[in-house]
Amino acid sequence: MATEQKHPIKKVNIICAKGAIEDVYATLVMGNGAVMEGIETNLFFTFFGLDAIVKTRMDKLHTAVVGNPALRLPGGMRMPTLLGIIPGMESFTSWMMKGEMAKLDVPPVSEFLDLITAGGGKVYACRLGMDMFKFTKEDLSEHVTDILTVGEFYELAGGEGSQIIFT
Amino acid sequence: MAQKTYAGITVEVTEEGYFTDSSQWTKEIAEDVAREEGIVLTDQHFAVMEFLRNRHKSGDPLSIRSINHSGVIDVKTFYQLFPGAPLKKATKIAGIPKPASCV
Repeated sequence: MATEQKHPIKKVNIICAKGAIEDVYATLVMGNGAVMEGIETNLFFTFFGLDAIVKTRMDKLHTAVVGNPALRLPGGMRMPTLLGIIPGMESFTSWMMKGEMAKLDVPPVSEFLDLITAGGGKVYACRLGMDMFKFTKEDLSEHVTDILTVGEFYELAGGEGSQIIFT
Repeated sequence: MAQKTYAGITVEVTEEGYFTDSSQWTKEIAEDVAREEGIVLTDQHFAVMEFLRNRHKSGDPLSIRSINHSGVIDVKTFYQLFPGAPLKKATKIAGIPKPASCV
């Protein structure tokens, strides 16, 4: 008879390469959840995902209202793509999404990073993405531990029971 | 359902060890549960647990953010008081159900 062996996740390394509200929150919710379970947690932000850790942008993320077929109006009707081009529609939709999340006690990005790092989670920025968007260390939130190359990220992600997640 | 004996009193718990009846909880029982989790309780632990129990009683969901806004303790200290999985451990020791929130 086969014995059941448990292989708990000991470490998660989450990569966030996109900067829309839902992309960033997928990373933050998964990351915070891991920290709360006592799992070692590394968050790695790259390309547009860097917006989540750039001080002036982190709490002003938007969600796409054009080219987002899953977006619905209050009441459940699909939002026609043409409506998305109305000025202010993207800001309004993003504001509504943030409001709905706040009701569920989901914090703004900066506060979420506070919670994650208070629990021992680590936040990293991607070297290539930083260079590409001409960001410097000074642009980044104080929660960012370091700027890493891809090789350094893989080194960091190593170990038994470690998982890499791309959101 | 399962039963466990803490501080000489038999209590009803779930398979994972969470109390099914939070009124069975006493401070002496909490100390026994904490010992199982490898934690020695202090006044600060009890202050957090009182906050958690009150929140549970009033039906408010528990989240890590609510701890930060509790005024009782900040999140960093919370992680230090209940190392590993703080919200799960704290609710178990406080005799209330396992939190159902994702945040």
